[in-house]
Amino acid sequence: MTAIHPSRVNSPPRRRRRRRYTARTITSIVAVALGLIWAFPLYWMINTALTARDQLRSSPPTLFPLTPTFDSLAKVLADPRFWSSMAMSMQVTLIAVVVSLLAATLAAVTLSRYRFRGRTSIIVAVLVVQMIPAEALFISQFRMLGALDLLNTVGGLSLLYVGSVLPFTVWMLKGFVDGVPIELEEAAMVDGCSKVGAFFRVTFPLLGPGLVATGIFGFLASWNEFTLALVVLSSGTSVTLPVWLAGFQTSLRGTDWGGVMAGSTLIAVPVIVLFIFVQSRMSTGMTVGAVKG
Amino acid sequence: MPSSKKTSTSKDDRPTSLRGGPPATTHPDKLVVLRRPRSLLHAPSRGQASGLTPGSQRFTPYLLIALPVTLVALALGYPLIQQLIMSFQKFGLAQQFGQSAPWVGLENYISILTDSYFWVVTGRSLALCAVSASLTMLIGVAMAVLMQHVWIGARLVLQAALVLAWSMPVIAALAVWQWFIDARFGLVNWILSSIGFSNMAHFNWLQASPLTFYGVAASVIIWASVPLVALATYAALTQVDTEIIEAAQLDGAGLYRQLTGIVLPLIRPVLVLLGILQVIWDLRVFTQVKVLQANAGNSSDTNVLGTYVYQLGIGGGNYGMGSALAMVMLALVLVITWRYVRTLSRQGDLLS
Repeated sequence: MTAIHPSRVNSPPRRRRRRRYTARTITSIVAVALGLIWAFPLYWMINTALTARDQLRSSPPTLFPLTPTFDSLAKVLADPRFWSSMAMSMQVTLIAVVVSLLAATLAAVTLSRYRFRGRTSIIVAVLVVQMIPAEALFISQFRMLGALDLLNTVGGLSLLYVGSVLPFTVWMLKGFVDGVPIELEEAAMVDGCSKVGAFFRVTFPLLGPGLVATGIFGFLASWNEFTLALVVLSSGTSVTLPVWLAGFQTSLRGTDWGGVMAGSTLIAVPVIVLFIFVQSRMSTGMTVGAVKG
Repeated sequence: MPSSKKTSTSKDDRPTSLRGGPPATTHPDKLVVLRRPRSLLHAPSRGQASGLTPGSQRFTPYLLIALPVTLVALALGYPLIQQLIMSFQKFGLAQQFGQSAPWVGLENYISILTDSYFWVVTGRSLALCAVSASLTMLIGVAMAVLMQHVWIGARLVLQAALVLAWSMPVIAALAVWQWFIDARFGLVNWILSSIGFSNMAHFNWLQASPLTFYGVAASVIIWASVPLVALATYAALTQVDTEIIEAAQLDGAGLYRQLTGIVLPLIRPVLVLLGILQVIWDLRVFTQVKVLQANAGNSSDTNVLGTYVYQLGIGGGNYGMGSALAMVMLALVLVITWRYVRTLSRQGDLLS
């Protein structure tokens, strides 16, 4: 910093530095306070799940679980409805993730590595379809699954999840495939690989992180989904975890908040753990390429 | 050979839009991107070296993309067409039991658009969307700027908290927020009554008035949407060249002038994209309102477009009207989405 401006020379540097130090401390306190506010619902969920039920109805609320009890968690874990919903959620999510990952890999490679008639239309369609709200289609999806006898089934719900997750996973995975230089494949082809062989030996292994991130995205989207599950699993005999939680909450007179928070915690914890793995990718993925340097 | 292939790519792209693809695919400046030769496919010597013939290449992409296209067509395409058809039919309970559905032309659309309740619901959706989206952007961008002016430790705390909040499943978040505002034992009423608002002790936020209902809904939406905006904006801010800002500081620009004059215009593309995404997401809001309605009781006072479609179609069995309403909503969202796609494509490498 040799550039000298009159005001810089005149103002005593030490005082300015101290003022800056104070300002930075104040903004830091504000930032930490905002952080606490934003994380508070998560804390409150776990706190309530660990608080004894009768204490939840006492007047000063229990701010810290000083004497944690696992009664609420145990009650949820002993509930057969929780486990049947868990099984339903796991099946639907697993099918949706596996199928959408397979289909997305095919689509991403095709869109990234080939130029063909209709490619532009497909790319634009991928972007537009992502934005179609579930609420704008669920009436006819409900009727279609009814006609196919797929209402209240794992297969029916998984099909809709694949349809809604696939566009974004294609978009995300295409970014990863684009990131692998095609020259690597070309080099392998010069050495005698077929095009398909070059892809599987060279590019595919490099896509590992991309497949994991994309798979986790598909998992999160399906695991958390509520709207379509509510519509498709309308008979209510076996539902996914989000629908179970929403019903659990309203079915009881005078909600059992300890139980609801315990259920929320059990649903949220795997999600939070997985989410932290992919979050940096997600925040840039939405606005990919928007700012360069 | 390479030149003939190139021209065929650009020429072929035109007719595809006639097959139902969005019209902008024929936009001339986008074709320029496509004409850029790709080294692998347009280098005949290498193609021959690997034993690939043009004939086999022509069908490979279609073969590869068949499965994903079929899945999306089955899950979304077919229902979309069916819904469009149903929206022109009288399709109620009788039709569910096998009666044929008579065509009624635009009748469903006309009765929706002339129904004052539709405009009330649309107005609510737009107002909720405007408030949530603008506050989300305001708070998110403010947080991102704040993160640039704090000690590293404080920034990490805020970033970690935002990631945690963002990762929370919406249904779990809704449960916690409802527990916060529980009339008798909730934290919010306890705090309000202990700082002097004793009449708030048993205040029922969801049933008291539509305004407090939407206040709760907007809070949940904003709380959940701010992390993406804040983290993405912060990521964009770190890309801004510090020399430009230092130059502005030397010229005596204060923080406000630096922001409005230099920094925010530089990251404008990111802000526009985030803003459009917020508008799309907040306009189609369903889960938050639907779940809160289950707790509040009377839903006709609090319906937004998404829940109204559900009530008409799934709840009431009036598929014809429900479909027409859903198509109106879809049109609304797609108009905004179109801007999103155009903004993305203007930034260059969308179609590469």
